[in-house]
Amino acid sequence: MPALEPRLPAGPLEKKWGLRKDHLKLVSPANRRKHTIIVVGTGLAGGAAAASLGELGYSVLSFCFQDSPRRAHSIAAQGGINAAKNYQNDGDSVYRLFYDTIKGGDFRSREANVYRLAEISANIIDQCVAQGVPFGREYGGALANRSFGGAQVSRTFYARGQTGQQLLLGAYQALQRQQAAGQVRTYPRHEMLDLVMIDGRARGIVARSLVEGRIESFLGDAVVLATGGYGNVFYLSTNARGSNCSAIWRAHRRGAFFANPCFTQIHPTCIPRSGDYQSKLTLMSESLRNDGRVWVPKKKGDTRPPNQIPEDERDYYLERIYPSYGNLAPRDISSRQAKYRCDEGLGVGPGGLGVFLDLADAIKRLGRAKIAERYGNLFEMYERITGEDAYQVPMRIYPAVHYTMGGLWVDYDLMSNVPGLFVAGEANFSDHGANRLGASALMQGLADGYFILPLTVGDYLASGGIAQADTSHPAFQDAERETKARLDRLLGGKGRRSADSYWRELGHIMWEECGMTRSRESLTRALVQIPPLREEYWRQVKVPGTGTELNQELEKANRVGDFFELAELICSDALHRDESCGCHFRTEFQTTEGEARRNDSDYAYVAAWAFRGEGEKAELHKEPLAFEHVELATRSYK
Amino acid sequence: MKLTLDIWRQKSPSDSGGFVRYQVVANEHMSFLEMLDVLNQDLISRDEEPVAFDSDCREGVCGMCGFVINGSPHGPVHGSTVCQLHMRHFKDGDVLLLEPFRARAFPLVKDLVVDRSALDRIIRAGGFISTRTGSAPEANSILVPKPAADRAMEAAACIGCGACVAACPNASASLFTAAKVAHLGLLPQGQPERRERVLTMVEMAAQDRFGHCTLMGECEAVCPAHVPLEVIPRMNGDFLRASLKKRDPSL
Repeated sequence: MPALEPRLPAGPLEKKWGLRKDHLKLVSPANRRKHTIIVVGTGLAGGAAAASLGELGYSVLSFCFQDSPRRAHSIAAQGGINAAKNYQNDGDSVYRLFYDTIKGGDFRSREANVYRLAEISANIIDQCVAQGVPFGREYGGALANRSFGGAQVSRTFYARGQTGQQLLLGAYQALQRQQAAGQVRTYPRHEMLDLVMIDGRARGIVARSLVEGRIESFLGDAVVLATGGYGNVFYLSTNARGSNCSAIWRAHRRGAFFANPCFTQIHPTCIPRSGDYQSKLTLMSESLRNDGRVWVPKKKGDTRPPNQIPEDERDYYLERIYPSYGNLAPRDISSRQAKYRCDEGLGVGPGGLGVFLDLADAIKRLGRAKIAERYGNLFEMYERITGEDAYQVPMRIYPAVHYTMGGLWVDYDLMSNVPGLFVAGEANFSDHGANRLGASALMQGLADGYFILPLTVGDYLASGGIAQADTSHPAFQDAERETKARLDRLLGGKGRRSADSYWRELGHIMWEECGMTRSRESLTRALVQIPPLREEYWRQVKVPGTGTELNQELEKANRVGDFFELAELICSDALHRDESCGCHFRTEFQTTEGEARRNDSDYAYVAAWAFRGEGEKAELHKEPLAFEHVELATRSYK
Repeated sequence: MKLTLDIWRQKSPSDSGGFVRYQVVANEHMSFLEMLDVLNQDLISRDEEPVAFDSDCREGVCGMCGFVINGSPHGPVHGSTVCQLHMRHFKDGDVLLLEPFRARAFPLVKDLVVDRSALDRIIRAGGFISTRTGSAPEANSILVPKPAADRAMEAAACIGCGACVAACPNASASLFTAAKVAHLGLLPQGQPERRERVLTMVEMAAQDRFGHCTLMGECEAVCPAHVPLEVIPRMNGDFLRASLKKRDPSL
């Protein structure tokens, strides 16, 4: 196994990225078209990377399982994108965005990466404006900002409640432009099912064309995975139905380390679940906490309509416990506090699993029109799902799985420990530590895609050593054969239960035992329950139809198979980390006030796991985290 | 509630499809797609093939879902995708006819799934601003009057689902095309390519056998993203000006 070397550039923090750029090896323009780069995923990271690499002159193959690159799940991000522009003159700076992100991540991310992210953030806004992204504006024509959780400055840029959509369409349009120019070839409705390695390097993928069911090999000089997060391992999450871990899990099985898998974020403001048939949970943007106040009744079992509960009988618990951040406390903390209230029996709505998010004060102060302008589409969405008018009654919200900070381990250049395999966006682990701040995912995806990968992939290609090969190489043949065997196994299940029913059961175990809070007991229970269910799944799962046609059940069954293996790794990682940090809350490790208690002397490291075979315990590699520019402190938002 | 569904089943483009009748029990909190999930689970347990339909985000923004319910793309509720359509809008005993988006430019793939790649080709023909990564000027050096930014956003909200095409008696992609033409044409950044863009996009739509627009407004009525019909006359104006200018640059 290669050593875990993050390859951080030397020099002072604020000069590292500049120095790295100064010394990157370059590929001459005439030679770029000779290199093929495979980019899997067309969200912000993948779409931006494919477009920018194509623009530089490389031959790019871009894959997505959806019917168009424009559908990637980045599109659903609502609230905004952070950037250290300091347009509000409220004291923001690159350092402050860096510091907020490190602190928000509860001191479990790499300083150098996070600083670079903060540095690049301003360029992203410039780039997107030039593309025509219709950001919200002031009457004078300048860009507007809003506030987000975990920050005391206003640095979030937005396009109504559809920021992700607009940024993604910007990247998608840039991608289409490169396709028109002949630089990028897109493969929609194609799903990556394996990574192919030749001479220890990532050299291609095996993909299935979802319409015809063909298993095909694609050769490249480098492979970029930008395939998003794995929150759907919990079954119910705010992710799209198709979001899955298969690309990164197949790469993990081929040798890529999986870092901090247990860092899974539960978002505080989602619409509560309503029944067993439910297929997903819908987020209500955190931006609503700018103007909304979160509360529960002070009295247990108070069934009065919320409007009839007087002020002094309401507990605005975030404002009470965290007076300086109030309703803008970070996500992990807000989620846990909501859970505590519901555990105390103060929850509202069916099953007592909900708290109020109330915009009445803001509507009174600013008027309905202003609120509609800011959040109109969110109110509409809430009404469509619940049938309630949030202009009249407070919204009911409850935490839900949203984002995964963990992912494939990458070095400073976003290359995994497998040479030639780059990982970007939510699929890697790099920037958010143990908790991501709101409006930072879009920032990271675009930083990786537009500004980092186009340079670092070139450096890898220019470093040489990539041998000639083609898809008749035995490595491709083996991967194709294994892929077909796996699909045949799924199609040959003898039982009657569908992939969905197993997936739901797995998700239930994960939510109950490895969700908002975890403990040694609960994780041990999960690790006892999952393996036999996984084995039954592979023997029994019922997949109708054949492999040589559009077969959505087969697609799903394959993804669920990988979720099973990942679930075990998540629980093992959570069990090994004997501390609480960010969203990883082990009930054994908390302060007397119920806040996370970190253990910096033993756990200030990235846990990177190596695959050692099916059913085998993964091997732990540690990347120590050094904090030279921020002081390790107990995170306080009080 | 008990519903009767007549669903278009077609195994592949070469098969001749037909409607098949199913019964399903739903409750008012389900989304329409969750109701179909329930039906599919039932079909799988009975060893029958589930109904193929597209969906992904299930929160109304990715544009992947969409089929026709009783003649209306995305169903009876205005401004909603089928994934956001909830069963409380239906009642016990309803009989619903489900069929794919039908248009010459959207070949059928299977059951309720169609191929909408023609929409990608329209964008590829010019639905972008040509700017290189890294060459952008400082963001606030481009001031955009708020009303223009708001109108651009209104047009940019298009989710690319294709309901407008399915609703149009001519199967025209005018609302889709015009939304992008308006979004980019309303912004100062979009001006340098404004003329060329409208010509190439409209030409591509015609090449891909979308029909012509006769401004019937069916598209606006079914658009889940509330893209206003006014973008179409705006596009037509741009198209006319660009065409004339192309013939006679002195105009």
